[in-house]
Amino acid sequence: MASYILKRILAAIGTLLIIMAITFFLMNAIPGNPFLSEKASPQAIELAFKKYGLDKPLIVQFRNYVSNYLHGDLGVSLKMQEGTDVAKILFQQGKFDLSIKLGISALVLAVLIGIPLGCIAAYRRGTWLDGLLRVMTTVGVAIPTFVLATLLLAVLAVQLRWLDPKSGSLTDFRSFIMPVISLSSYYICYVAKLTRTSMLDAINQDYIRTARAKGVKTRVLVLKHALRNSLIPVITYLGPVTAGIITGSFVVESTFQIPGLGKYFVQSVLNRDYPVIMATTVVLSALVIVMNLVVDIAYRLVDPRITLTNREG
Amino acid sequence: MRETDTLIKVEDLRVSFFTPAGEVKAVDGISYALGYNEVMGVVGESGSGKSVEAYSIIGLLQNPGRVIGGSITFEGEDLLAYTPEQMRQFRGNKVSMIFQNPMTCLNPVYTIGDQLMEALTCHDKSISRQDARARAIEMLELVGINNADKRMDQYPHEFSGGMRQRAMIAMALICKPKLLIADEPTTALDVTIQAQILELMKSLQKQENTSIIFITHNLGVVAEICDRVSVMYAGKIVEQGNVNDIFYQPLHPYTRGLLASMPRLDEDAHERLIPIEGTPIDLLNPPKGCNFAPRCKDCRKICLREKPPYADFGDGHISACWLHFMEAMNKGVGAE
Repeated sequence: MASYILKRILAAIGTLLIIMAITFFLMNAIPGNPFLSEKASPQAIELAFKKYGLDKPLIVQFRNYVSNYLHGDLGVSLKMQEGTDVAKILFQQGKFDLSIKLGISALVLAVLIGIPLGCIAAYRRGTWLDGLLRVMTTVGVAIPTFVLATLLLAVLAVQLRWLDPKSGSLTDFRSFIMPVISLSSYYICYVAKLTRTSMLDAINQDYIRTARAKGVKTRVLVLKHALRNSLIPVITYLGPVTAGIITGSFVVESTFQIPGLGKYFVQSVLNRDYPVIMATTVVLSALVIVMNLVVDIAYRLVDPRITLTNREG
Repeated sequence: MRETDTLIKVEDLRVSFFTPAGEVKAVDGISYALGYNEVMGVVGESGSGKSVEAYSIIGLLQNPGRVIGGSITFEGEDLLAYTPEQMRQFRGNKVSMIFQNPMTCLNPVYTIGDQLMEALTCHDKSISRQDARARAIEMLELVGINNADKRMDQYPHEFSGGMRQRAMIAMALICKPKLLIADEPTTALDVTIQAQILELMKSLQKQENTSIIFITHNLGVVAEICDRVSVMYAGKIVEQGNVNDIFYQPLHPYTRGLLASMPRLDEDAHERLIPIEGTPIDLLNPPKGCNFAPRCKDCRKICLREKPPYADFGDGHISACWLHFMEAMNKGVGAE
């Protein structure tokens, strides 16, 4: 297991390098530059180019990025807070932190609500409850996040005045409610659908019949025998999506005015703030890679037949 | 067999599946009694209702299947009147079951030990973990699994097919049930493993005094292990008797057909096997008369019009065929 994880980490470094290369050349392919919108003299812009090394050939710039990253230096922001360390913006000023808080909460809800709902629907398949859940989850998957977020704002904040429309820095429980609901509803519904399908498949397996023949209680039958066997598709889905939840909160972050990573990411692209684009991409990619590794290890924990080996294919 | 020795008595049991296409009478009025310590074989081809009949005893019928008539009495208690919770306590405790495919019948994500111990603990809450483990190990040793202590912590995929079926048997017998229902337990196994499993079941049956209902389509297996045999065709028992009568004096044309289609060691190697012509009837539209009539070489007019009653040949040997009555009329003696 340890050697397996080590190999995966080494492979991850390679993956990150490729991601850096693609990101670097793509962002340089976007027309414009960080200082274009500023009303500065051509001389000043030239000076800025020199200062940040943007006048050098692309390949040299890329080499500098890689070497800096290997030293743990993410560079400085060119635009938003000119001259500030990117690492400081991402981690210390709480941007990344906020997105993580929001994302993890949504993820926890997706698991804690989605999986039980799926189990109930599967166990009561064909009943009105199953039908109701099917309609609800289909609607939940179909509604775009911005519609749901706006609806919540309109009802809970504007009409009923229960909640503050600005969630800010997510400091108290109340500020969590609307963003987390908007962000998680899709995932809750999707996980519920996924669980229902794989649970139905598990319930019809021979070993469930064996367990029934043994006299196992229905509750144990579903929660112990069927659930664990139906978790694989859910884990497969949740792993990569975790990173998506954390970045994909851009819509939610802007609707509820949370200064999170998602919003920051989009802004950095609009501003051509090269070091920030690069840093956010690398951090998020690393997150996806880590989650994939976590998924593979989780597989092993759920299903003893899966072995973790370094062999390909 | 005395009446008081009856363990389970099934009378006129009827099970139907209510499908969109109509009612399928999977089990259509079967009756038998099984004594303590007795092994009964239930023989028939696929779709003859032999498994459905067994599932209704243990309360495992799945929708859209329902028991629509008759009674099942186990040690004087009416099983069909049991509440679901009573049925759950009954399953695995008084009656347990082993299935056809040991490869898929054990839960792949739990250890063998866990699954064995669960069979105990779901009926006996008071048993300690150590005791349950000790008992499970004892059972694994009983069914001939070496290194039982180590094997307890292995997963089903680390067991071979034969070993899994042994583990299934251990699991089924761990609560010392009075009746074991074996639904084609050797069908999915290699022939050599089949023989081993049959030997094991035979010796355990003697040792534990368990009655067995042995469902199979393999007459060889029946001869090996059973005391009595019920031959089923299209939801009905067509012939029933002790194993010698069925093998040496088969009466019903279907039983005769089955025996003739089976290769035998004591016959000339050049002897042709005689298949039973035709296919089983469509249970959605059963014929008016005898279910076997469309395939029967000795079919008479009456066979197409009316269902044959049972003729009793003594010692529990019964057969449902009009031929017996015609022969009796010709001789003027014999059947009722």
